[in-house]
Amino acid sequence: MKLTLKIWRQGGEFGKGKFETYQMNNANEHMSFLEMLDVLNDQLISEKKTPVAFEHDCREGICGTCSMVINGQPHGPLKGTTTCQLHMRHFKDGDTIVIEPFRAQAFPVIRDLVVDRSAFDRIIQAGGYISVSTGQAQDANAIPIEKDVAARAFDAAACIGCGACVAACPNASAMLFTSAKVTHLAMLPQGQVESHKRVKAMVAQMDEEGFGMCSNYGACEAECPKEISVSNIALLNREYLNANLSRTDF
Amino acid sequence: MNKFSQFLHSSLGNKLLMSFTGLFLILFLVVHLIGNLQLLIPDQGEAFNAYVRIMEKNILIKVVAYALYIAILLHTYKGIDITLRNRKARGGQRYAVKAVSGTTWASRNMALLGSLIFIFIGVHMSNFWYKFKFGHHEGTEFYTMVDTSFSELWIVVFYALAQIVLAYHLLHGFQSAFQTLGLRDGNYTRLFKGIGAGIAVGLPLLFAIIPILMYFDIHPMPDFRVFPGQ
Amino acid sequence: MANILNGKVPPGSISDKWVQYKSTMNLVAPNNKRNIEVIVVGTGLAGASAAASLGELGYKVKCFTFHDSPRRAHSIAAQGGINAAKNYRNDGDSVHRLFYDTIKGGDYRSREANVHRLAEVSVNIIDQAVAQGVPFAREYGGLLDNRSFGGVQVSRTFYARGQTGQQLLIGAYQALSRQISLGSVEMYNRHEMLDLVIVDGKARGIIARNLINGKLERFAAHAVVVATGGYGNVFYLSTNAMNSNVTAAWKTVKRGALMANPSFTQIHPTCIPVSGDYQSKLTLMSESLRNDGRVWVPKKLEDAKAIREGRKKANDIAEEDRDYFLERRYPAFGNLVPRDVASRAAKTECDKGHGVSPTGLAVFMDFASAIHRYGKSKAHNQGMHNPDEATIVKLGEEVIAEKYGNLFDIYNKITGDNPYKTPMKIYPAVHYTMGGVWVDYNLETNIPGLFVIGEANFSDHGANRLGASALMQGLADGYFVLPYTIGQFLANDIRTPKIDPNQPAFDAAEENVRKQIEHFLSVKGSQSVESFHRRLGRIIWDYCGMSRSEEGLKKARKMLRELREEFYRDVYVPGSNNEYNPELEKAIRVADFFELGEVMIVDALHRNESCGGHFREEYQTEEGEALRNDADYAFVAAWEYKGWDQDPVLHVEPLHFEAVELKTRSYK
Repeated sequence: MKLTLKIWRQGGEFGKGKFETYQMNNANEHMSFLEMLDVLNDQLISEKKTPVAFEHDCREGICGTCSMVINGQPHGPLKGTTTCQLHMRHFKDGDTIVIEPFRAQAFPVIRDLVVDRSAFDRIIQAGGYISVSTGQAQDANAIPIEKDVAARAFDAAACIGCGACVAACPNASAMLFTSAKVTHLAMLPQGQVESHKRVKAMVAQMDEEGFGMCSNYGACEAECPKEISVSNIALLNREYLNANLSRTDF
Repeated sequence: MNKFSQFLHSSLGNKLLMSFTGLFLILFLVVHLIGNLQLLIPDQGEAFNAYVRIMEKNILIKVVAYALYIAILLHTYKGIDITLRNRKARGGQRYAVKAVSGTTWASRNMALLGSLIFIFIGVHMSNFWYKFKFGHHEGTEFYTMVDTSFSELWIVVFYALAQIVLAYHLLHGFQSAFQTLGLRDGNYTRLFKGIGAGIAVGLPLLFAIIPILMYFDIHPMPDFRVFPGQ
Repeated sequence: MANILNGKVPPGSISDKWVQYKSTMNLVAPNNKRNIEVIVVGTGLAGASAAASLGELGYKVKCFTFHDSPRRAHSIAAQGGINAAKNYRNDGDSVHRLFYDTIKGGDYRSREANVHRLAEVSVNIIDQAVAQGVPFAREYGGLLDNRSFGGVQVSRTFYARGQTGQQLLIGAYQALSRQISLGSVEMYNRHEMLDLVIVDGKARGIIARNLINGKLERFAAHAVVVATGGYGNVFYLSTNAMNSNVTAAWKTVKRGALMANPSFTQIHPTCIPVSGDYQSKLTLMSESLRNDGRVWVPKKLEDAKAIREGRKKANDIAEEDRDYFLERRYPAFGNLVPRDVASRAAKTECDKGHGVSPTGLAVFMDFASAIHRYGKSKAHNQGMHNPDEATIVKLGEEVIAEKYGNLFDIYNKITGDNPYKTPMKIYPAVHYTMGGVWVDYNLETNIPGLFVIGEANFSDHGANRLGASALMQGLADGYFVLPYTIGQFLANDIRTPKIDPNQPAFDAAEENVRKQIEHFLSVKGSQSVESFHRRLGRIIWDYCGMSRSEEGLKKARKMLRELREEFYRDVYVPGSNNEYNPELEKAIRVADFFELGEVMIVDALHRNESCGGHFREEYQTEEGEALRNDADYAFVAAWEYKGWDQDPVLHVEPLHFEAVELKTRSYK
């Protein structure tokens, strides 16, 4: 396969950032997208040029490290797939591929395609947990949880924290990410006790980080590699309204 | 900052404000439409004129009218504010290529559609509301003023086009409001999307039909009156 | 004999040891905990759970990860599940049975007392995880579901679809996040530990490189906990994440900690086979698939050849022409034999020429009979008495999709094949390392104040790890063992004031790191770090992989030394130190893999027996099964690193088996 790659380079000799064009002559359809970039980097290193910085780790679609926008879509064209699980058989010989970092005010670019997503950590730190210290737990089977409820909690908990939702959203909103955690914990009986406090703190932190607001576009759901549903956002909205109307608040 | 204003300043508080004002405006549109449909009664405007006179006098209506002005201004102001904040959140550097998967054209253009509607409201109010209120000359009935306006082709076209804009705004706005209220969940998603689509098509269509029929002087409406005694 | 190590196993009967020990241990009072600092390196299951638990106890914790977020650690990729001796199935499980299975599965090369403790606390882990909101699979009655894993005859594995590791890690990450928000843990993302600092014989700090700007930073504490995972990436191709490395653990070895049983590496039988040279990473298909997948190769060599050349498909091979070799060789456990046994059996078949991928290195894993069985049972449930074949298959595929849907999707994405219709192709790949830094019963190394937990230590899995035990061990160490045992050390340190990072030991360590970095940047050779890593991995895989021989190992050691010399002479690392520079990070890690790789070979060469994942061709039965030598090798081999120009020095910890009888492992 022959490809033309237009890749965003930033930092070092590229300063504030610009697109560089690279010709790739030895890609093949069995490669994953990241393996194709590995081959490009090998080529760049052999020419003593600076390789393209991109983040990646597990390459199994679960760690959430890989982050790039491929032809305008976070994680590329394949639905429900992270960049590392995207294979070149979904591209054609002769294609031009434009690769950019996730762009959002709250995700500053560190280098080339690498961005800082620590804002997500701070949202979780604000309240995305159940306050139970080690050793305090009762027997695991003491609280039965309906199978479907557990499944819904799981669906939300499947979020890998990659940030594709933010990258896809025209408003760079982190609502899908935040709502996935709120839903995961709100569905479970264990998470009820501090649910009001949690949702308010997490939304406040989300705003503080400079993410945009949700305009219910649905781009986040469409681009989420784990296909987290926007109905979680509805649930977040409801939880937030409830929390603010509840008596304990005043 | 007290808790209430904290709530209002949060992103979700802002969204809720948009949602509430938006739904209120939709409710107004329904009432407005029912009143307007009286224009199509073949009674030379008798029913419509009576209706406007009652509306002008009723104190309750006046209160609601002020609520309406506030809602329009708030919805507009917050709309602009949110758009600007969201643009800032997107960051300085735009995508070179941007796919639009999963989103509708309407959802991406709510600010544009809203601005056009705002302009329309201005024109509309100076056309009728201002004239009804301040430019009202003895002897000219309200109906006649409307009829005169809608005998001009460009005004009819302008109104009809404005309704298309409104239709797209409602298409996203209605179901989005319920999402923001947290009611669009599971099975309700399809319900609200369905009702939203119905409203988005139905309301503007009926609104648009009024000037068009009046232009051709067709009055197919059976005789009904909003206020029984009018 | 060599130097003898003391594992500090407390006295008492096997089942009472831990309980008694816990209640007689030294404690640190809450007011003192506030002044005691602990460094935790790594935020996987072990590191995150330890940092969170230590924070909850009141210690001042500094926690480090080289990732952009603690949630990225590779524990997240564990698919199948976590064992616990809950006996919720009423199938005869117990703490003793989990203990016994783990000892036996590890081929009698682990420390009894540690393994028993692991089995004891396994039940607490499940309770803790559920309380944190980990959404384990449930039954219709709302109670927790279980499944089976290899090497055991009970159903004790708890799971969250095929993403158990992810859910448990997020549980630990959230517990950690809570401590960060409470201020008891200070989190350092994108910081990589590059040296250990020892002051007056005790571990008192680390040197870490800030990966954003390259700055070397010093961190001091009363104790250091290393939880940085295994070294499977020494093989280059493995199921480990791309950035998984041995560096932090290896730096402690270079400072005097001991590397125990490094040759005990686990080759997982069910991975997606290698497809090309550009490949840098292998993908695991969970062991849970062996509950329902039947492993086979064509009986006839010509059929295998036809499949390799694309002239025949798996489904063209008649039932009587298939060899379900695991079921044939191990009727008692069938497809659920332990990993080392299954891997070797697959290799044997491929070596005989029965392999089914173009490279000849793959066997089939077939779900057709499971689909049929489940389909029939589901049809029966739905009241269909004479369902046709198509209905049965449809219903069966639904059941399989519910159980393994995400794994089947991954397989489909990577290979482009549909595993519902045609059998999967699988081949063994490096997955886990049982070996690691030597620790005593307290999880403390021979360097006082240095603790190593999780996969990074050697302790619980002997020569082979059973499925669903890695998550168990990581969390056991972090939540329920280390928070107690670290007190044994820290209780004597309550009078030690805050450690000063501006003392000579820190200067020296920082200088040591700086020199290494400067060297790599100044070589300006012609070959990439990646190319050296690939070649190193090839040597280790070929000669110190699934089967090893004296001749091969000696050859490998020579090759490795030559390659290392070339690496230091001709590597090209672009860029500078004071920037985000992944190539430099890799160079430092690969340098450590070279040194570790040699010690692995030395260890494999020294262990003249076959046990678990370590299979020496010279030591096998006539049927090709591993031949263990308990008389001479029932010990832990812990190596002291003496630098590149000297042989590592052996220390041994003899293994005493009191609660179990040493037996030949049989799964027949």
